[in-house]
Amino acid sequence: MAVMTYLEAIRETLRQELRRDNRIIIYGEDVGVRGGVFRVTEGLQAEFGEERVIDSPLAEAAIIGTAIGAAVNGLRPVPEIQFADFIFPAINQIVQEAARIRYRSNGDFGVPLVIRAPFGGGVHGALYHSQSVEAFFAHVPGLKVVIPATPYDAKGLLASAIQDEDPVLYFEHKAAYRSLKGEVPDERYLIPIGKADLKREGKDLSIITYGLMVSYAQRAAETLDKEGISVEILDLRTIRPLDVEAILDTAKKTGRVLVVHEDNLTGGIGGEVSALIAEHALFYLDAPIMRLAGPDVPAMPYSPPLEHAFMVTPDKIAEAARKLAKF
Amino acid sequence: MAGSDALYGLGLDAKKIETMYYYMVLSRALDERMWILNRQGKSAFVISCQGQEGAQIGVAAALDPAVDWVAPYYRDLGVVLYFGMTPRDIMLGQLAKAEDPSSGGRQMPAHYGSRAHHILTGSSPVATQVPHAAGIAWAFKLRHQEAVAMTSLGEGSTNQGEFHEGLNFAAVHKLPLLVVVENNGFAISVPQSKEMAIQDVAARAAGYGIPGIVVRGSDPLAVYQAAHEARRRALAGDGPTLIEIKTHRFTPHSSDDDDRSYRTREQLTAEKKDDAVHLFRHWMVEQQLWDDEREKALRQRIRGEVDDATDYAEAAPYPDPASFLGHVYHT
Repeated sequence: MAVMTYLEAIRETLRQELRRDNRIIIYGEDVGVRGGVFRVTEGLQAEFGEERVIDSPLAEAAIIGTAIGAAVNGLRPVPEIQFADFIFPAINQIVQEAARIRYRSNGDFGVPLVIRAPFGGGVHGALYHSQSVEAFFAHVPGLKVVIPATPYDAKGLLASAIQDEDPVLYFEHKAAYRSLKGEVPDERYLIPIGKADLKREGKDLSIITYGLMVSYAQRAAETLDKEGISVEILDLRTIRPLDVEAILDTAKKTGRVLVVHEDNLTGGIGGEVSALIAEHALFYLDAPIMRLAGPDVPAMPYSPPLEHAFMVTPDKIAEAARKLAKF
Repeated sequence: MAGSDALYGLGLDAKKIETMYYYMVLSRALDERMWILNRQGKSAFVISCQGQEGAQIGVAAALDPAVDWVAPYYRDLGVVLYFGMTPRDIMLGQLAKAEDPSSGGRQMPAHYGSRAHHILTGSSPVATQVPHAAGIAWAFKLRHQEAVAMTSLGEGSTNQGEFHEGLNFAAVHKLPLLVVVENNGFAISVPQSKEMAIQDVAARAAGYGIPGIVVRGSDPLAVYQAAHEARRRALAGDGPTLIEIKTHRFTPHSSDDDDRSYRTREQLTAEKKDDAVHLFRHWMVEQQLWDDEREKALRQRIRGEVDDATDYAEAAPYPDPASFLGHVYHT
């Protein structure tokens, strides 16, 4: 067991998986010689060679399109999209092709494919290096969307994604890469896709969230604990499929739910989580469901005070939770 | 353009030439039957191969269905027949029956696919299959497998980014790939002159540093020669080839189109004079490989196969409505 950053956990998992299964290939822009713009794939080309860790042309539709073909023909591609903001040229390939191939072929073909992409803001990335894009993909049957919150989860969920027979989008928060550290076992382990993790038990209210916002919610919960407010935190881990049972369990238990995400409010996962609770657990609620999310502006601005105004922070989470607790 | 005159003797024996002709005639006959079923109200949608049979069979005959893979497009009835789909398979798809091997009746007709026959499942957004085929070829290369991938598309589809991205990727990595453009002159109603500012799609190959070949689709042996050479190059590690086949679309875009608004009947009549099925038969007769008696026997055989396929598919059950929720994810 070693203490690793979130980024190191991803890199070591990729290394372990590449050693385990020679069908796995990694490619994307700058992932080879340079080891990726964030260094996630550093050293992997040196160990596994240019045939398995490949610098691709700068063309996202080709990255995903060729990965689909390679997956159909027996490989297990793990392509990287350099920033989630640049995934849109590939959306035709992801949504129309990867997601629909099993269904449209009546099960004759499958696309075992893991698309890794750094996302999220608070890193001076401005409009096109800060976006949260998960809701676009969570809408699409045929895809799975995984967003780990800790180094431990980053490893177990990535190994599961690589083993999965269907296309998985695996989003890594850039601000988590080096700020989150934790113990990560050396041996391979799998965390099931579609199962949420009850991160903290509490009795006054539930915060349902995922990714970097889990650790922000934990910080908020510690503050609130000192004020006598007991917070439960549910880390969704995967936003498609959602762990409906875990969502309803925590809602029924505390009767007060705050859904938190950095992605824009309207059409975000918070809406889906809220609808599930409203449909199946309404009469357990003691207060209206509350959502705290990125505001409905097209993207995150650059200038520090503007960026800060956009970001969901531990303070904003604590403030929202106080209001909910008092309702 | 390459011609077929010098070709006889390229390893094509009389039997293979007869096989090519059989598949061309079969493709045409099945296609004609689809239109009848459509006009009878039995099939909601037809999209045709008619006019392009020489292009399709010329390419397919140069491939090895035992090892190669194809990522065809919706007009490639000839290709998928050559790769092992049966007339029954085709009609089951045309009538959206449960046994349709491509999709179990989920997709519109002509969206072919079959893992067993090395035919990648296709969609309706055009040119997405070009990077797929490059990826298939890439897996061949990584495994050092003696096989190639072939993908085909219309000339209109070559304006899509994925055509460019897929070819560029394949060229950089010298992948064993054939990209075949069946240029029938129209993207639905838009003529080539309004699709691109060049005469030959093959000229685009220069942008990828690969060969671009132009052949005439009414000359299946010239098509065969071009595809055969492209396959040889691919297996030798020399990378992809772009083959443009000048061909014709004898029907409207689909059964929901009416081409009279954008193509004169005179133009269509002129195009039909360049019909690969007829020209190939004339050539075979000239070479003393074919005669009226054989033609009659072949037509009879194919009529029987098309009738059988039609009867079989008409009698076959539709999918169980409860099955539509299946195969979203692996189970």
